[in-house]
Amino acid sequence: MKDTDIKRLLYAHLFCIFSIILSVFIPSFFLENFSILETHLTWLCICSGFVTAVNLVLYLVVKPNASSKRSSLSHKVTRLLKCCIYFLMSCFSFHVIFVLYGAPLIELVLETFSFAVLLSTFTTIPCLCLLGPNLKAWLRVFSRNGVTSIWENSLQITTISSFVGAWLGAFPIPLDWERPWQVWPISCTLGATFGYVAGLVISPLWIYWNRKQLTYKNS
Amino acid sequence: MMRLGSGTFAACCVAIEVLGVAVFLRGFFPAPVRSSANTRHQAELPAPEPSAGASSNWTKLPPPLFSKVVIVLIDALRDDFVFGSKGVKFMPYTTYLVEKGASHSFVAEAKPPTVTMPRIKALMTGSLPGFVDVIRNLNSPALLEDNVIRKAKAAGKRIIFYGDETWIKLFPKHFVEFDGTTSFFVSDYTEVDNNVTRHLDKVLRRSDWDMLILHYLGLDHIGHISGPNSPLIGHKLSEMDSILMKIHTSLLAKERETVLPSLLVLCGDHGMSEMGSHGASSTEELNTALIFISSAFERKPGDIRHPKHVQQIDVAATLAIGLGLPIPRDSVGSLIFPIVERKPMREQLRFLHLNTVQLSKLLKENVPLYEKDPGFEQFKMSERLHGNWIKLYLEENNSEVLFNLGTKVLRQYLDALKMLSLSLSTQMAQYDIYSMMVGTVVVLEVLALLLLSIPQALHRKAELEVPLSSPVFSLLFYLMFLVLSALHVIVCTSAESSCYFCGLSWLAAGGVMVLISALLCAIVSVLTKMFFSGNLSNKTPSHPNSKWSELDHLILLGTVGHVLSLGASSFVEEEHQTWYFLVNTLCLALSQETYRNYFLGDNSEPQHHFPMEQGLDGAASALKTRTGGDGTERDNGHGSPFLSEVLEGHEKWMVLASPWLILACCRLLRSLNQTGVQWAHRPDLGHWLTSSDHKAELSALAALSLLVIFMLVQRGCSPMSKAALALGLLGVYCFRAAIGSVLFPWQQDNKDISKGIIEARFVYVFVLGILFTGTKDLLKSQVIAADFKIKTVGLWEIYSGLVLLAALLFRPHNLPVLAFSLLIQTVMTKFIWKPLRHDAAEITIMHYWFGQAFFYFQGNSNNIATVDISAGFVGLDTYMEIPAMFLTAFGTYAGPVLWASHLVHFLSSETSSGSALSHACFCYALICSIPVSTYIILVTSLRYHLFIWSVFSPKLLYEGMHLLITAAICVFFTAMDQTRLTET
Ligand SMILES: [Zn+2]
Ligand SMILES: [Zn+2]
Repeated sequence: MKDTDIKRLLYAHLFCIFSIILSVFIPSFFLENFSILETHLTWLCICSGFVTAVNLVLYLVVKPNASSKRSSLSHKVTRLLKCCIYFLMSCFSFHVIFVLYGAPLIELVLETFSFAVLLSTFTTIPCLCLLGPNLKAWLRVFSRNGVTSIWENSLQITTISSFVGAWLGAFPIPLDWERPWQVWPISCTLGATFGYVAGLVISPLWIYWNRKQLTYKNS
Repeated sequence: MMRLGSGTFAACCVAIEVLGVAVFLRGFFPAPVRSSANTRHQAELPAPEPSAGASSNWTKLPPPLFSKVVIVLIDALRDDFVFGSKGVKFMPYTTYLVEKGASHSFVAEAKPPTVTMPRIKALMTGSLPGFVDVIRNLNSPALLEDNVIRKAKAAGKRIIFYGDETWIKLFPKHFVEFDGTTSFFVSDYTEVDNNVTRHLDKVLRRSDWDMLILHYLGLDHIGHISGPNSPLIGHKLSEMDSILMKIHTSLLAKERETVLPSLLVLCGDHGMSEMGSHGASSTEELNTALIFISSAFERKPGDIRHPKHVQQIDVAATLAIGLGLPIPRDSVGSLIFPIVERKPMREQLRFLHLNTVQLSKLLKENVPLYEKDPGFEQFKMSERLHGNWIKLYLEENNSEVLFNLGTKVLRQYLDALKMLSLSLSTQMAQYDIYSMMVGTVVVLEVLALLLLSIPQALHRKAELEVPLSSPVFSLLFYLMFLVLSALHVIVCTSAESSCYFCGLSWLAAGGVMVLISALLCAIVSVLTKMFFSGNLSNKTPSHPNSKWSELDHLILLGTVGHVLSLGASSFVEEEHQTWYFLVNTLCLALSQETYRNYFLGDNSEPQHHFPMEQGLDGAASALKTRTGGDGTERDNGHGSPFLSEVLEGHEKWMVLASPWLILACCRLLRSLNQTGVQWAHRPDLGHWLTSSDHKAELSALAALSLLVIFMLVQRGCSPMSKAALALGLLGVYCFRAAIGSVLFPWQQDNKDISKGIIEARFVYVFVLGILFTGTKDLLKSQVIAADFKIKTVGLWEIYSGLVLLAALLFRPHNLPVLAFSLLIQTVMTKFIWKPLRHDAAEITIMHYWFGQAFFYFQGNSNNIATVDISAGFVGLDTYMEIPAMFLTAFGTYAGPVLWASHLVHFLSSETSSGSALSHACFCYALICSIPVSTYIILVTSLRYHLFIWSVFSPKLLYEGMHLLITAAICVFFTAMDQTRLTET
């Protein structure tokens, strides 16, 4: 593992953070009355779009797991299709989990689903970019000591921090402060976003600090 | 030194903790502040009219304003039932009186707790009842405080009462004629009121009474059954309106015979929340209607739609003055002035003077610095001015000057009244800090001891040494005891206010001192031992395989988070959300664990560095050594072999699917009963089921749930108890059918509704039978000491007896809660705990979490109003205190109790390790005492919080009760553990 790798990781992450910041400011030039809280749905869509785009671009540019094998076009297409299906499935399963956690079943369905999409963008899309539609690899990365590169390590950290952020974001909901951001799912989406950003910031730093101790099997 | 099993140790600790919490509670809920004049029973002379110079000639009490008073108290009469659109629609006569008649209408604000008995007390004494009155609500003792009824009786008034029998208990021998109706059969809302109304014609024709009190319960019962928006409410309001009309016309007819007019008072004791319950402090529950009707009042020109707000405690003073009685001594309320505004100026001032004198006397007795109180200053000033006015009046001066000065005095008096009343009501909350401190110290010492003994208690041997007679510490012990006694004497001799702990006998107080010093010595000795042995064990390398799974992190995090959340009132109100959230996360963590074990089984790989595991605190590392010491083979999930190899066929899929199944069950249960405060008004399945249109669905669901319960429980029972269980569950259905909440398929509509006494007693027989068989089996296993199986069966039988009792006590719409609880227990046992091999501590804490979640799934909350007292009257003819208390407590805590008893059965049947039960008992005691002890400290520091009475105090009572139940559970655990010890 070289320092250049960590540097590349840091830049990629900074790019992601930048895209999230842009998603807050750019739409207000085009849309009237745009604000995160009042037009929350719009922001959710824009933010997920931005993050997806940045992830795809990074994947194409940086190619963290560049495999030497060349694969056929049909193989690529099935791979892409599989990715789309996985993404949709993850959206739906997040939605189901939210409902199990107590989100209303019928009212605010759209909001709940957009939150599921947002969380999928923060977690599933980087996984798909990095690991491809390969469930076994996913399980390996998220088990106790299965990471094999700094990219996977940072993926683990950002994903977990997004989840934790969303989880913690549910805490203010029962408080009686009557703030607009306490409404479901705003606090959770904000929590997930903050968690994701925190993960993006923390993971390169963490890897940098622990670069001596980290040894990966395949690198 | 004494060697104790960790189970026994934990049970002792919890028992001592119960004692500490009891002392704390006694100090926290203060005895109501009373006027010290209470001890002297002779009648006081009324305060004479003030006068500057020559003394006034008016020293007697003013004569009554009204000849007869009729009080119509409609339970749960919310203000908008009369003044809102419902009133206009259903109460035309009352609306006419309010808008155009000779009446004064108000919105009377009740103080929490909005429960009937404290509210009756507030109406009649004018004082603010303490919170303890809520608990006494069930067995109301006679009212000792000074009150209007007592004063009226002393003045020779003849009082007649019909209605809620709480009054008869509160005022025994005060009524010349009475007929009480019991309020406990909440499902009845016609009979209770007909019992009152049937006397009305007869009584109204007579004229040998001075005061008539009618307490109608029907409206409140309708609220409890179907909420404030039910069509039944309208019918009931029309009925009440016609009753009011009847009374009013007959009073008007009578008035021609007498000189004085009569007074008709319509009031409510408390309101009704949007759910139809009461007890808390939402505006709907606090605001009640209050109307005074009398021909002495001026007719109003037009419609006055916005009644003024007054306090409910003002009624006592107003009634006393209206009847020409002295104001009750402890009354904090002020005269409702419009009642006397048509009287001559001199009388008006006299009334106000009497009221302010009474309030300032109360202030003098309860506030040391009363002279600095602005209300008192204002009172002194008004009294001086009043004297001047009297002087002018007696000199018969210019009437205009007299009038102007009079109105000025009046305004000053009213201000003084308001200020005095306010500063008195804030003075009422005084805490007995010394008793609270003693209780807190005991509880904290026990908690410290529990925490410090974690490593020893959870060691494989599950034994610990309790130092009782070490010579060094005995010196410390005597020193401590001396110091504490000296402190006790100093505190008790210097305290001005009453203190419970000082009031105890010397022997009892000394006993508590001994306990405190002994606990302290034990803590010190454990600490020193830890310090010395810690030096040794630090040199040896720590256990290499002691690592924390995600589950352990979650458990630690969840416990800490829950305890911290108790400091915020909203989190206390919505505590069910916390538990649902934690249980959900637990299921997800379990699911992640099963998946990883199933697909990867990557336990052989060396662990690379995880920094978060190092940042754990002391308790955590103690627990870590525990897992190390215990974890020879069944450490946690990682120690298990590749999961997919162990299981085969459909079982594999069940293991993978079971966490999701449990999650789905929890989601269903959560939508059964909306509880808490913020979302309590949301529609839920429970309300849908209990509404009268869906009786068929409710019956089907109840029958299905009973069937599921039978299927799940019978598999562990002996044939005898199997049959008993089946008959018992059948009896449960018959009981619910008899009281009219469910239907038999062949039964079209409700026939006659009974109390179902026979059916319920039929079920009790089987409950006792099953429990008896279980106990017999347990004893047999202890005596014969060979058959391990008998013990398992015995435990399961005790468990199934409890399940049957719970099925009897639960409302029919809550039977699915019981069925799902059994289902989840079965699924967890079969597909999660057995294959994943969690250790006893983890399983215990999971049981505890689910038990807490089920407490709220049942529809409970941290609000007194949600306690289902109807459970205490199942199968009982009359109110019997002890069985009713026991049944209500069991019905309320059925969830935690059932999960705990399942835990006992599971651990004693599944695990091979001999110490599992004592470990579990210790963990259970620890996990229950952490929230209680923290909460005690939190409540002490939040005692001046705005929501202390409405949110934090009820929760404190719940915590105390929970600790008591935990103590019982720990004793049961230990008893089971003892049988094991004697066995081997
Ligand atoms: Zn009531
Ligand atoms: Zn009630």
